[in-house]
Amino acid sequence: MAPPLLRVDNLQTHYFGFGGSRVVKAVDGVSFTVEAGETFGLVGESGCGKTTTCHSLVRLLAASARIVGGRIELDGENLLDLSPREMREVRGRRIASILQDPMASLDPLFSIGNQVGEPAYYHGLLRGRPLRRRVTELLSAVRIPSPEKRLREFPHQMSGGMRQRIVGAIAQAGGPRLIIADEPTTNLDVTIQLQYLNLLKELQRQSGVALIFVTHNLGIVAKMCDTVAVMYAGRIVEMQSVRGLFYAPRHPYTKALLDSIPKLGNKDPLYAVPGQPPDLSALPSGCSFHPRCTRTTAQCRAEDPPERRDDNGGLTRCWLPVEQPVPAEAVHG
Amino acid sequence: MKKYILVRACYSVITLWLLVTIVFTLVRLSGDPVKMKGEIGADPAFLEQIRHDWGLDRPVYVQYASFLGHLVRGDFGHSFEKSLPVTTIYFERLPNSLKLGFAAFAISLVIGVPLGMLSALRVGTWWDSAGKAVALLGLSIPGFFVGLVLIILFGVTLGWLPVLGKGSGTFVWHDPGSWLPFLFGDWRYLLMPAFALGWYFSGAMLRITRSGILDVLGTDYVKLVRLKGVPEAIVMAKHALKNAMIPVLTIAGLNLVIMINVAVVIEVIFNWPGVGLLLYDGLTNRDFPMVQGVVLMSGVMIVLINFAIDVMYAYVDPRVRLSR
Amino acid sequence: MADITDVARSLAAAPRLVWRPLRFMRELPTIPILILGGLIFVALLAPVIAPHSKLDPVTPTKAQCMAKFDIDNCPYVDGLPPVWISGGSLTTPLGTDFLGRDVLSRLMYGAQISLLVALTGTVVAGAIGTMVGVLAGYMGRWWDQILMRITDAWLTLPSLVFAILLSSVRGPGVWNVVLILALVFWSRYSRAVRGEVLALRERDFVRLAEINGIGKTRIIFRHLLPNVMNTVMVLFSLQVGVAVIIEASLSFLGVGVPPPEPSWGAMMSEGRDALMEGSWWLAVFPGICITLLVLSANMLGDWLRVRLDPQLRNR
Repeated sequence: MAPPLLRVDNLQTHYFGFGGSRVVKAVDGVSFTVEAGETFGLVGESGCGKTTTCHSLVRLLAASARIVGGRIELDGENLLDLSPREMREVRGRRIASILQDPMASLDPLFSIGNQVGEPAYYHGLLRGRPLRRRVTELLSAVRIPSPEKRLREFPHQMSGGMRQRIVGAIAQAGGPRLIIADEPTTNLDVTIQLQYLNLLKELQRQSGVALIFVTHNLGIVAKMCDTVAVMYAGRIVEMQSVRGLFYAPRHPYTKALLDSIPKLGNKDPLYAVPGQPPDLSALPSGCSFHPRCTRTTAQCRAEDPPERRDDNGGLTRCWLPVEQPVPAEAVHG
Repeated sequence: MKKYILVRACYSVITLWLLVTIVFTLVRLSGDPVKMKGEIGADPAFLEQIRHDWGLDRPVYVQYASFLGHLVRGDFGHSFEKSLPVTTIYFERLPNSLKLGFAAFAISLVIGVPLGMLSALRVGTWWDSAGKAVALLGLSIPGFFVGLVLIILFGVTLGWLPVLGKGSGTFVWHDPGSWLPFLFGDWRYLLMPAFALGWYFSGAMLRITRSGILDVLGTDYVKLVRLKGVPEAIVMAKHALKNAMIPVLTIAGLNLVIMINVAVVIEVIFNWPGVGLLLYDGLTNRDFPMVQGVVLMSGVMIVLINFAIDVMYAYVDPRVRLSR
Repeated sequence: MADITDVARSLAAAPRLVWRPLRFMRELPTIPILILGGLIFVALLAPVIAPHSKLDPVTPTKAQCMAKFDIDNCPYVDGLPPVWISGGSLTTPLGTDFLGRDVLSRLMYGAQISLLVALTGTVVAGAIGTMVGVLAGYMGRWWDQILMRITDAWLTLPSLVFAILLSSVRGPGVWNVVLILALVFWSRYSRAVRGEVLALRERDFVRLAEINGIGKTRIIFRHLLPNVMNTVMVLFSLQVGVAVIIEASLSFLGVGVPPPEPSWGAMMSEGRDALMEGSWWLAVFPGICITLLVLSANMLGDWLRVRLDPQLRNR
């Protein structure tokens, strides 16, 4: 069987602060796979490690962070073995990125044409007129009107929605197999968000590119993703197909997230996940979710639950998944 | 962009007007220019005569109108000493000061910008601390002290470099043949004063470059450029540097003003025949119109140069260039 | 309408220097405080601790007169080098100048002048500039336009050149220098203070006071001024250094503090004439003093800026 496009195996990325005395385990044993053309959703609250995971995939981490363990295999090749120069060739060309804030993603001093052409130019793919033609094609693929005129224009002349589409064009420019989109619609107007999501889906259909979609918005997940992984405190606590996740969530955290989505017509008081996300440098003992969980046992407080995989490739990290009945000793709180 | 330039031009004119008014007011308020001329054993009647000759006994607003009238016509007064219009003498000396100023500016760029970049790229390390210390020293050691120390070291003790004057080579406006020898001949005379003058600004340039680059490196767009797989050298040279140069340009205008200041003392120490020395000579010779004239001309120069920098800004930053 | 928690929050938001003595002292930056403290100490106690007079030449010994002038006694011995160079003497550890006066004593008295002039001038400049900035920021509209245009034009004037112009009309003298410093530097404060005030004006506690009918003057003095003090203090400490250099430059050029007062700048000017004969110490020592003063003022200013402006903390 052909290897998956991306296989992440037990990835661990830690931040080292204060001269090494303080370690934050931002990513602590994350494993998942992404097939070609698949849309993989990565969900969680702020600080759960989803952005650090994405940075680790392209090995563009802050100076104080280091990948301390695991494997990242792109088409079977371990990216962690590559030299910096080889890694640079992966970025933009095989794995591309879309960032969150369209107003800040483009250099104000350089033209649109210049910036969209950079991946192809600096990977030695195209120059001159063929490059300009390719840039124009890319811009029209993301539905930018009059693309030829835009080549000479500058970012400040464009709206947020247009800029984010340009960022999408930049992502496609190197012909990548995988695009990592880190909350691409969070900073867009609500009316534009749907348009953008449809655009991404369209691009995927045309080019067959796989998409890792990072978000905290479950509604977007439902629309866009094939598989979803829910992260908490640096770990994946549940991973399933999107239908499975929404209709039969297994981890209490996932269930709580789903419950907190307001439902039209429902007049019950709004539910929010109680408590705060944990301090990653001082995690609680046992299961890191237990202080906020409504169904904890003594085992939950004492032992860290391992990953349990099922036959469909799903994964759960819980001693007491939702479908199991609550034993008498479980504390409600 | 046209509108931007027009606005800046109007602004410059207003600033210029305010400037000359400030000079006029303060001079009249602070003291009596006549005393300057006839200080020693002055006979009151004689002073009265001078006052009348200069029109100082007329009401203030008449004086002001006359003042402005002369200025607009390009008449900045006549020197007592040399009986020539101030403007003539000023423009004769200006090229020397400009030469010194540009050399100093070049030195400050060559020292300040690379060290600032180094500091920014190695932020938090020993290199950064060293860079910050250099900047601090640059800003704290007065330029004329540096000049004197240089003279002691290289002029007197080692005898490598000439101490006084600027050597030969005059600048003749209409004769391009004289330009190159003016600029590059006798560079040995230029070295010490230019270094002494540029010393302070190296510190300022270092700081601005450092913070400019640190700012840019933290932005999302630099992150995206890296994510595109662009080589690090290009990230630095193309994106980081160009963006960081904007605050440098902003400071350049301010720096120039300060440079004209410090230049006065440097020119006096090295006997460099520029505008600063002219001011000092006017002072020691009690040549008040010269002093006032040089001050006014300096003001005009500064406003013009700031305006030129504003225009340059428009070319560098497309956000300004393309605004309607 | 602002509620009490919002007001409390906005009051607490501006960081202030903590005046609890012991904790405060531990946090001060050592080097600049030591240097500044030393200089202030010397300046205050100069009449007591200076070995010789600042104006009169040192009484020479017979041996010195013989060595220098080949006579038994003389009014002074000029041009003595510092003690570590041959010909120097322990009684005048840093040498004597062209009139036989002790360099060390003059340097000590010079500290008085430099500190007095620079501090006073900067304080007055700060007071003027702050008021202008507050008025411009708070009164708004055409106050703002006019005051800021004047400030901008004033900022364009090169300080030393302008100072020379003013002193040419007023003549040299300590208080004239203070006045000149004030006139030249006030504009540095206005822009920054105005910016602060513009932001402060929108804050809850100011709005609350206005709504309660408190008069503008009271608001200015009770609410605005204390909150702009942070910025003003940072600017102040950075400006002191500049003031010292301008005073030294003016004295160097002969239009600042007049001789025979031992301003460091004037001493450097006298030293310059002696340079050709190789008596470098007359120019160098005052220069070192000026550098120390400016250096510590700048270091203190940097420290203050980092402490009081949270945005700059991580640099």
